Amino acid sequence: MFELFKGTSPIRFMKYSKPATWLSMLLIIGSIASLSINWINWGLDFTGGTLIEVGFEQPAVLPDVRDTLAEANFPGAIVQHFGSSQEVMIRIAPKDGVKGVVIGTQVLEALQAAEYGNVDMRRIEFVGPNVGEELAEDGGLAIIIALICIMIYVSARFEWRLAAGAVLALAHDIIITLGVFSVFQLEFDLTVLAALLAVVGYSLNDTIVVFDRIRENFRLMTTATPDEVVDQSITQTLNRTMITSGTTIFVLVSLFVVGGALIHGFSTALLIGIFVGTYSSIYVASSLAVNLGVNREHMIPEVIEKEGADQDALM
Amino acid sequence: MLNKYPMWKYVLLGFIVLVTLLYAAPNLYGEDPAIQISATRGAKVENATLEKVETLLSQANIIPKSTTLENGQILIRLTSSEDQLVARETIGDQLGEGFVSALNLAPATPAWLEAIGGAPLKLGLDLRGGVHFLMEVDMDEAVAKAQEQMVQDFRSELREQKIRFRGIRKANTETGVILRFKDEAILDRAVAHLKPINPGFLFSDKEVNNEFVLTVSMTDEKLKATKDDALQQNLSILRNRVNELGVAEPLVQRQGSDRIVVELPGVQDTARAKEILGATATLEFHPVDSTTDISDALAGRLPSSSVVYKERNGRPVVVKKKIILTGNHIVDAQSSMDEYGRPQVSISLDSKGGSKMSRFTKDNIGKPMATLFIEYLPTGKKKANGKAEIAKREEIANVATIQAQLGRSFRITGLDNAAEAHNLALLLRAGALIAPIQIVEERTIGPSLGKANIDNGVKAMVYGMLAVVIFMFIYYRKFGAVANTALIFNIVMIVGLMSMIPGATLTLPGIAGIVLTVGMAVDANVLIFERIREEIKAGKSIQRAINEGYSNAFSTIADANITTLITAMILFAVGTGPIKGFAVTLMIGIATSMFTSIFGTRAIVNALWGGRNDIKKLSI
Repeated sequence: MFELFKGTSPIRFMKYSKPATWLSMLLIIGSIASLSINWINWGLDFTGGTLIEVGFEQPAVLPDVRDTLAEANFPGAIVQHFGSSQEVMIRIAPKDGVKGVVIGTQVLEALQAAEYGNVDMRRIEFVGPNVGEELAEDGGLAIIIALICIMIYVSARFEWRLAAGAVLALAHDIIITLGVFSVFQLEFDLTVLAALLAVVGYSLNDTIVVFDRIRENFRLMTTATPDEVVDQSITQTLNRTMITSGTTIFVLVSLFVVGGALIHGFSTALLIGIFVGTYSSIYVASSLAVNLGVNREHMIPEVIEKEGADQDALM
Repeated sequence: MLNKYPMWKYVLLGFIVLVTLLYAAPNLYGEDPAIQISATRGAKVENATLEKVETLLSQANIIPKSTTLENGQILIRLTSSEDQLVARETIGDQLGEGFVSALNLAPATPAWLEAIGGAPLKLGLDLRGGVHFLMEVDMDEAVAKAQEQMVQDFRSELREQKIRFRGIRKANTETGVILRFKDEAILDRAVAHLKPINPGFLFSDKEVNNEFVLTVSMTDEKLKATKDDALQQNLSILRNRVNELGVAEPLVQRQGSDRIVVELPGVQDTARAKEILGATATLEFHPVDSTTDISDALAGRLPSSSVVYKERNGRPVVVKKKIILTGNHIVDAQSSMDEYGRPQVSISLDSKGGSKMSRFTKDNIGKPMATLFIEYLPTGKKKANGKAEIAKREEIANVATIQAQLGRSFRITGLDNAAEAHNLALLLRAGALIAPIQIVEERTIGPSLGKANIDNGVKAMVYGMLAVVIFMFIYYRKFGAVANTALIFNIVMIVGLMSMIPGATLTLPGIAGIVLTVGMAVDANVLIFERIREEIKAGKSIQRAINEGYSNAFSTIADANITTLITAMILFAVGTGPIKGFAVTLMIGIATSMFTSIFGTRAIVNALWGGRNDIKKLSI
């Protein structure tokens, strides 16, 4: 049998819960600081504006492209390579008094008229400013609704202390993922938002597997302290946590490397989210639940409790 | 006996496997380059058209794979895309006006699969290339126009009844009108008259500075109906125009309360598409010139005050240039049945239009009147000054005889059938064009990028899956192989289900969703297998270990998947376009992976190891 962890004696995870809490706090404060200073590099979906992606026959020289665009009356255009040196992405902010819809065509015509050989249109996107604002609002709302729904479900299935732990762990994951996007000024578009919600789903998955074990072990290990129960549960599920994170990371790396530039933001967000999520389901969710005072009584169905605490040994 | 499935479970599993395989199968056959021919105005696709197309093709030395006439459209399948381009040019040049031919890719699904409803996956625009427009109806303008209408109507209604008022104006509330009266008795008379004939309005009065002020405002339902009408009108106008673009499988769909999504797969020339979608249309009523002979008129011998237009079916009509009324006076037009069950169109005009119509019809009872529909469509060419060249296209929508002096509301009868009545009503309403629309979002994906997106997505999936499959086999040996079988079948099932569900489209984020599912789908099996290992370590017998491994892991798997499902559903509710596609694949992926990794692997495990007492060590 090939195993990552033999798991004969439980690893003392909770011994390090204090430093872990400090680390999490540090990361969260750092993320919030970066968010409040740099905010986020919002993608076109949220800011509105026009984006044109074109393919050139030869590697494109960006300053030349900028000059061409400046001559065509687009001096503020953001020009950068996208995926390869032959592909160029141009972003133009919404302008007062100019219909955004026509900008894409104008830019394309300007590039085709200049001497770059054949310029191939890959995509043009135009998003009106109001649409962008709505998307940002809806997106934020989606994440908040998701967290509330999860809180309700986990409270119903488990216990409020565990639910609070789970939801705080999710908020932790989202804030840190956003923080990374803010620190490195990675572009945040709609696919990243979708990835964030997928992170919520994934991280929760991890947390619930651990919680399920905690609930089970509270019933089995009648004399153990909550810390011991949590340690035992995390150790028992550690193989599974590592393997599932591993296989998911395999596919995400594959998606990042060969999936094309359009999907980079998505895979980046998920990769960060899964690292943070795996860590948080071990430390944040469980240690929060322990700190909130979760204990054996909370895990035992009430009917049995009334009949006597020794009943659970028979289960 | 432990770990034995009854026969019916295997039959059920086999059945589900077979059905999803069958519906996933159309994706293997690829697509034929094809041309789709449909009729626009004044033409109909018939067998004769089909024969003509076939002759044209054989003249051009093109041998089509097949030609079919179905639902008023001709579909020609060709062997190569070179043939496709030549064929389209030939047909476009020589088939004549009134037909639109579009390049298309027709799925090469065999007939027997098609007969059971099999079809390949529908690809989103980001994968097949094309234009996506999000258009917003200017609701403020729509409501402002409705308010303007109220002012006009109330004024003329009160004047007709000789009820004197001091003033009438739009209220600041945007949905109301304020009328001022000298005394309460007059106000009461006005309310008594206006209230019954204006349902959907709220009336409230008060005394201000010795004046009696009546505020009439739309009820919320009326306001909603006004906005809804504005949207519906734009929707039907856009549908008509999109059909004229000659795009295969276009989509024109309402989104939310004030937006319309237009998707045109395969279209690259967005400028022209935009111009056509944004074209304006008007409507005019003209008297028919019955004194001039049609054949004379066609030969050019007609008075300078008259002009010849054609009806949709090509029949010429001589009309006078004098305009009785233009379409912006039309408030509403509805098709319905009269008391004898004959189709008719009821038209309401605004007060100004009503008095114009009344004045004209008083002296022209018994004479015919023509309805002319005018559209300003861009030709796709540019004028010398760089502006788009606009062609004016006129067409007689209807000729009716004036039976009596007409007022603000009248009916057009004598229509051939209900469909004609419906079309006429639509055209009349289009002529009134209540609210302007504007493009608030545009996404154009070139064909090369679409193809690259598919290739990249599939490549990512294959590599990711290979890594997972190899890992699972090394780590869990034979049980890993079982999980891998389930994983591969999971993908087939996702593809099969997505092909089956009519609304599901595959987008780039959708592919990412499937790839993510691959990574996460093995989770259930990892949970089960780890549990089985634990049970074996705890000293349980092999059969009990398998059984308890599955049953103990089940609630964990269910909890974990339900919560992911919650997030996917929220994503589906909030997201649009590609994000919705991601949510759909995620939801389907969760369902299929639960099925394959619990039920599917259990069936295999039971068949291979279940109930056997001769196993010393499990290959796990």
